[in-house]
Amino acid sequence: MNITVTLFAQMIAFGLLIWFVNKVMWGPLSGIMEARQKRIADGLAAAEKGKHEEELAKKKALELIKEAKDQAAEVVAQGQKRASEIVDEAKETARAEAERIVTAANAEIEREVNQAKEALRAQVASIAVAGAEKVLKREIDAKAHAALLNELAAEI
Amino acid sequence: MTWNIDTIVISVLLGILFVTIGARVAKNATDGVPGGFQNFVESILEFVQTQVKDSFPGHNPLIAPMALTIFVWVWLMNFMDLIPVDLLPVIGSWLGIHYLKVVPTTDLNAPMAMALTVFLLSLYFNLKVKGPVGYLKMFLFHPFGKFAMPANIVMTAIEELAKPLSLGLRLFGNMFAGELVFLLIALLGGAAALGAGMLIWFPLQVVLDMGWLLFHILVITLQAFIFMVLTIVYLGMAHTADH
Repeated sequence: MNITVTLFAQMIAFGLLIWFVNKVMWGPLSGIMEARQKRIADGLAAAEKGKHEEELAKKKALELIKEAKDQAAEVVAQGQKRASEIVDEAKETARAEAERIVTAANAEIEREVNQAKEALRAQVASIAVAGAEKVLKREIDAKAHAALLNELAAEI
Repeated sequence: MTWNIDTIVISVLLGILFVTIGARVAKNATDGVPGGFQNFVESILEFVQTQVKDSFPGHNPLIAPMALTIFVWVWLMNFMDLIPVDLLPVIGSWLGIHYLKVVPTTDLNAPMAMALTVFLLSLYFNLKVKGPVGYLKMFLFHPFGKFAMPANIVMTAIEELAKPLSLGLRLFGNMFAGELVFLLIALLGGAAALGAGMLIWFPLQVVLDMGWLLFHILVITLQAFIFMVLTIVYLGMAHTADH
């Protein structure tokens, strides 16, 4: 149990051991442990971030749905409005067309009536002239009494 | 010049064992989920790191590996105490080694070597951090102020010298006493080697040995822990500029 030169040998061994432990064990292992700590911290941060983003996305999705609903409602309203407009327009067009057709038909009818009247007049005039010719025989000069006959025909 | 070959060889072998296992763990370690043994080693590392963080001010990359080395190496050397006292010396005598001290920490040289190394390191850091003048001032003005300079010098010198002495002797004393108790217990059976006395002494030896063994597991761990913590504290005191 005496202090001997062994003391110095032990001191050297102790120093060397510290150096070795630091080099082959403490250094690498504590580096690995630090890396793991960082990884865990990163993972937790990422999870937190993901949660936050999910919340934001949910909020945004709700907003989008609301907007889409609004837009859809607007489109439907516009469509309805446009439909009634089209119906009104069609009604208006139909009415105008009908009116036009009726007017054209009336005009045609009037024209034909007039034509018929004209034809009848001409015929009446010629019949009257022929009758008168037969009644009066040559007494009446068609040319001399044409004005009178025409006047008569007009009165018919 | 006396070389205590047994102390040197056993402590160096234990150191090699420690470094080899540590290196293997470090080589196969992952920063993912650690396996069983890696987990165990890492928990020791973390334990030492916590001690250093708690009682060492500032940062010095030497302190933590040194604390780990002290803790594990001292523990391994102390652990030799738990091997039955006569087993290794008897095996040694078969191999032609007639004197074998199995527990390096029961040789005063091993604990004192570590304590002296710690003392020299604390001297170095004292001079480095406080400067020669600051270190001298510590001797002059501490603990009684500047009007009791001679007393201060004596007191501080005693205080500084007591640190390595108590550090080394505490470990040596505990381990030597523990080993001595193991020897005494082992002698119980031997004292009544023949005759009916064996019926009493042999079971008593077994029971006492087991009891002291269980108790001694705590002692060797505690002594390794105390050595480590005091080393951290002493070196920490060397690093604080204002005493």
